[in-house]
Amino acid sequence: MSLSQPHPRPFRVCAVSDQLEDTWTVELAPADGKRVVAAPGQFNMLYAFGAGEAPISVSRIHADVLAHTIRAVGRVTRGLRQLVVGDTVGLRGPFGVGWPVETMSGGDVVVVAGGLGIAPLRPVLDTVARERSRFGRVQLFYGTRDRASLLFQDDLKTWTQQNIEVNVIVDRGSPDWRGPVGFVTQPLEAATINRSATALICGPEVMMRFAAGTLLRKGLNPEHLHLSIERNMECGTGQCGHCQLGPYLVCRDGPVFGYDAVSDCLAIREL
Amino acid sequence: MLPAQEFDLLLGTLAKAGYELVGPTLRHGVIGLGVIERAEDLPKGVADEHAPGNYRVRSDGSPGWFGYVVGQESWKRYLFPPEQTLFRAERDEHVVRFAGETPETRRRALLGVRGCDVAAIAKQARVFDAYDPGSSAYGAALAQTFVVAIDCSHPAATCFCTSMGSGPAADEGFDLALTEIASDTEHYFVLRTGSASGRRIAEKLTLEPATRLHREAASAVSGRAVELIERGLDKQAAKRLHADHPEHPRWETIGDRCLSCGNCTMVCPTCFCSRREDTITIDGTSAEQRLVWDSCFNRDFSLAGGIVRESIASRYRQWMTHKLSTWHEQFGESGCVGCGRCITWCPAGIDITQELAAMAGDRGAPP
Repeated sequence: MSLSQPHPRPFRVCAVSDQLEDTWTVELAPADGKRVVAAPGQFNMLYAFGAGEAPISVSRIHADVLAHTIRAVGRVTRGLRQLVVGDTVGLRGPFGVGWPVETMSGGDVVVVAGGLGIAPLRPVLDTVARERSRFGRVQLFYGTRDRASLLFQDDLKTWTQQNIEVNVIVDRGSPDWRGPVGFVTQPLEAATINRSATALICGPEVMMRFAAGTLLRKGLNPEHLHLSIERNMECGTGQCGHCQLGPYLVCRDGPVFGYDAVSDCLAIREL
Repeated sequence: MLPAQEFDLLLGTLAKAGYELVGPTLRHGVIGLGVIERAEDLPKGVADEHAPGNYRVRSDGSPGWFGYVVGQESWKRYLFPPEQTLFRAERDEHVVRFAGETPETRRRALLGVRGCDVAAIAKQARVFDAYDPGSSAYGAALAQTFVVAIDCSHPAATCFCTSMGSGPAADEGFDLALTEIASDTEHYFVLRTGSASGRRIAEKLTLEPATRLHREAASAVSGRAVELIERGLDKQAAKRLHADHPEHPRWETIGDRCLSCGNCTMVCPTCFCSRREDTITIDGTSAEQRLVWDSCFNRDFSLAGGIVRESIASRYRQWMTHKLSTWHEQFGESGCVGCGRCITWCPAGIDITQELAAMAGDRGAPP
């Protein structure tokens, strides 16, 4: 029996748009004529030619075009930075378990994002904005470093127009920033939150722990709290061991987890 | 029943069936694994001594050919190579083409696989088959592999297969299994078949049927081996280790001793972690991705913004709790087969059974 090892699928770069100095979005469509099906919260392994692969969450789903918002942090992402429209890029995926969009239907939704953590949440906010009547009150709390690192500003406006309550807070103020300054838990603390709401949180682990704590103190049911965990996924198929978090293989069992499933793990140092 | 003087008949029959034979060979004072052609190539009349951080092979002139246990090598290198190419990519202007590598699958007979290692092969097969059953390179290699198990007769001081339910005799997962009966007056093997291909090979050997005496001698060998095993591990405590003792102070004392060398992960027959390495030709048109064995003892093994496991204590905890506890959640069973390699080949002599006992003895992780 001969068997070919799995390899990336070729995807065509349809668009490249700069978001910030070190962060940009590439839109990719299958170049092999086959379809691709992705769910909000899933990720792909993007292959930079000769440099390797990096796990990148899907930041917008539009039919067969998947957007990926990438920050240049290492060799692979710097390689992906070279892509221009018309290039081919390798993609394996989509992998993992995404946000529970279906079970949110009919209820209130609280979205908490920190920094680039807004990227995997954007497809959820897109869905809410598109199918607004399916959801109740929708609140976004988005914390970022400063005015210059604010992502998706056009989307924030669109979402506001779709009756999504957008709260943005920055860690460091600047003369061109007139909004609040502080940690994302501050507007969260001050807000009225429906106890039966579903909350989706994505950002640095520390931020997620604090945000979850705030929401739980406000009476949210931990079963309705979901977080997206960051780890260095390599295979995407639960076979390389890198993304383990206690009993979980984050690539296979996550990256989105129910709060109850991972809260113990997140409390253990260096797990 | 196969008389020892006809052992080459078995090897010849396997070779004629197209299998390359791999078995134990004595090299540089260690019982390793290599290509063998005849019984003459086996390490005869030797015994091995194992202790934490300690290994010696000595000639004891014993009549048996398999009176030792496992060396530092496990069979995993034949089914899950230390390095393998995954795919190649070619770039022409904007267009990139990918081609998955088709791994060479060789018909190979593994000769002298101990019960622990038979169990380890099955565990790795389940890991690699979990995501997309029937599609793994491991499964393809295993389908071409003929497993000849040998029941252990002389367990080492580091063995604890009885605790893990994987030995000293294998009860499934082999094509043929042999029990060696060796004394100054007689030397023969009692065969069991474990698969259709095992039965086909056995039929070609035109063996004399084993008598009741032969069978009793074989079960006495296995029975004595069970009694000789000194080490043990509480499997229930092992399963609960991650949940019960994630922050036990003992992790710190292990961390002080552990060198984070990764030996345990290399010699472990079930450790499966790997990383991907990419290369590109100097003209920038061809690239390749390879899969190589990795170890959770490497500092940058796990990343989340930065290094997740900076302390050696946390890396040992990851390895041990994964092996004994969280493997259950991930793959539905323990990841340990009790072969004892991690104990023997640890340069610091850290003993997984002793460390578990020390922590499991403390029931009172405060709430």
